[in-house]
Amino acid sequence: MAGARHGVSHPGVLFAVLGLAALLVPFMTLAANRIVAAEGVMAWSVAPAALTIPGLVALVLGLGLGLPAARPRLRLLGAVLGLGGLLWLLVQGASGLLDGAGDYARVSPALGVWCLLTIFMLSMTDALVQLAPGPLARGTLLAAVLAALAVILWSGALAPLSVLQEYASRKAAFADAALRHLALAFGSLATAALIGFPVGILCHRNRRLRGAILPVLSFLQTIPSLAMFGLMIPILGWIGDSVPGAQAFGIAGIGFAPAFLALVLYSLLPVVANTVAGLAAAPPASIEAARGMGMTSGQRLLRVELPMGLPILLTGLRIVLVQNIGLAVIAGLIGGGGFGTFVFQGLNQTATDLILLGALPSVALALISAIVMDILVELTRPQAARAA
Amino acid sequence: MIEIDRITKIYNGVPAVDAVTMTVESGTITVIVGTSGSGKTTLLRMINRLEEPTSGEVRINGESTLEIKPHLLRRRIGYAIQGHGLFPHHNVARNIGAVPTLLNWPKDKIRARVDELLTLFSMEPAEFRDRFPAELSGGQQQRVGVARALASRPDLLLMDEPFGALDPIIRARAQDDLRRIQRALGSTIVLVSHDMEEAIRLGDRVAVMDGGQLVQHGTPADIIANPATPFVADMVGDMERPLRLLSLVPLAEVVEDGGAPGAALPADGSLRDALSACLWTGRTAVPVEREGALIGRVTLETIRARAGLRA
Repeated sequence: MAGARHGVSHPGVLFAVLGLAALLVPFMTLAANRIVAAEGVMAWSVAPAALTIPGLVALVLGLGLGLPAARPRLRLLGAVLGLGGLLWLLVQGASGLLDGAGDYARVSPALGVWCLLTIFMLSMTDALVQLAPGPLARGTLLAAVLAALAVILWSGALAPLSVLQEYASRKAAFADAALRHLALAFGSLATAALIGFPVGILCHRNRRLRGAILPVLSFLQTIPSLAMFGLMIPILGWIGDSVPGAQAFGIAGIGFAPAFLALVLYSLLPVVANTVAGLAAAPPASIEAARGMGMTSGQRLLRVELPMGLPILLTGLRIVLVQNIGLAVIAGLIGGGGFGTFVFQGLNQTATDLILLGALPSVALALISAIVMDILVELTRPQAARAA
Repeated sequence: MIEIDRITKIYNGVPAVDAVTMTVESGTITVIVGTSGSGKTTLLRMINRLEEPTSGEVRINGESTLEIKPHLLRRRIGYAIQGHGLFPHHNVARNIGAVPTLLNWPKDKIRARVDELLTLFSMEPAEFRDRFPAELSGGQQQRVGVARALASRPDLLLMDEPFGALDPIIRARAQDDLRRIQRALGSTIVLVSHDMEEAIRLGDRVAVMDGGQLVQHGTPADIIANPATPFVADMVGDMERPLRLLSLVPLAEVVEDGGAPGAALPADGSLRDALSACLWTGRTAVPVEREGALIGRVTLETIRARAGLRA
């Protein structure tokens, strides 16, 4: 209809083709227990036809609604409908497939689910980019999506899925890992900001200092993460052994301290470099005028340079936060705790579900942080620039 | 009164400003003219100590500027620059109120002052107060920049090529506005320009800088009629001299009794306007009016008598 008038969305076509193809690969898998190889089940066989048809219709309709290029709202609706269909099929399959399959049987989402999930999320992102909602609308949307996700998980409809089974048997450890992961990511961010902002301000004021510090921080950034965590072990181990009282503060070769320190070191370059860039963003004429009207250097910093550079400063924090949520997974390798613990346990036991239990929340956390920080960055843009 | 006393600035052993001495009377406009590299901007910036003089001093109403902390000194001196330097993240009211805010004026006093200045610069306060600089035209931005420099009623206003970024028509209007506002407020202004036309148009006094030295300091008429060095003569432009002289003489000063044919010129126009009108319409005299009433005429004879060196 609208497609005929205004043409077809190219990404929409791509999503539709890929989505239909994704329906032709196994949608879920069923295994007799946690370790043995699983067998794939197609989307239309996860439950009786009467139950799968509504879900399949929603999927196909969702892909179709993504086509009209000039109707971003319709495309958004299509993505939501598709995600709904996906969820419906998952819920039906989760309970349906387990019926009579034995006590240790496991049912998991397979390639089809992951592909379709990705396709509908991309389609949603594409529609949102076209709609260009304001920061407030984006925040509301994010809250709505999170609330829906919470309700679904709370309801227990997906509880039979193997990932959630892994969760059910590790509730306490999961809460612990989540707290630890947040502490690593946000704690290192806060520490890096506390160190990086003053250093950035000094670098902005002093060209020579900038020339000395930025290359060092760039060098730190180039150390591969595994190597960095590895390097922390002997260094902090030595400090823990030779500085009296250090071990009482938890400083040792492995554990939270080396992971935290490595994350802080990684964070310094984005924070310092963006602080320098942000402070340099004020037009030279404005700085000259500020000096000429009798602002002290502190007043210039607080009233002119910082407010104008704030979006760039926050962009630095955004980079650090998203980066550290990802890196904190690797910290699991040196006993730093966090979701990485599950990932590496899962890798050792070749238990995919356990890997996912660590990986999925990390991805979600990174996504949410990125969206929230983007909203903050936009809110701090000067009003006039936003209006234009 | 501003006394500049043997002020010198040396960069890497080379004097950028070389022992300049000059007095600026209160309530006047002094234009410092020179080519780039003549030291005119350095001279200006030493007055509010954006550049520290190597030797010599500046006294404002007898008080040496070296005895005041630089940032406190600058709050007493207005400063307007080319390209206005407005704060893009503050609206017009906050931009204009910047110095009064630094001086801790009460809020309502700042607000009243902002509205007063906007009105003075022919910008409706209700319409412009809350706009951001990006939402103003180039001419409006420049006016806000000058209004900001005047906000705290400074003893002295320094302007560094304030009209340099404006197109010629807007620039002429901005110059007229500045003249009118300076007369109304009685401000003391030191303005730097590379444009002799602007200097003659605006200045009560013109100071010509060349190679770090003050080569001539006098009234515009004096500079045109008796250039002290070949450089000054060059700046004035030989061919333009008669016309520049004529542009300094208001019709009201030379009007004589009698009538003349054709359209009348206003009494605050210059002899240059009268010459132009005569040549264009083939008349030998033009009538002069003030507020709609004819007050006499100006003849080509009079114009000729004022256009050159009088014997």
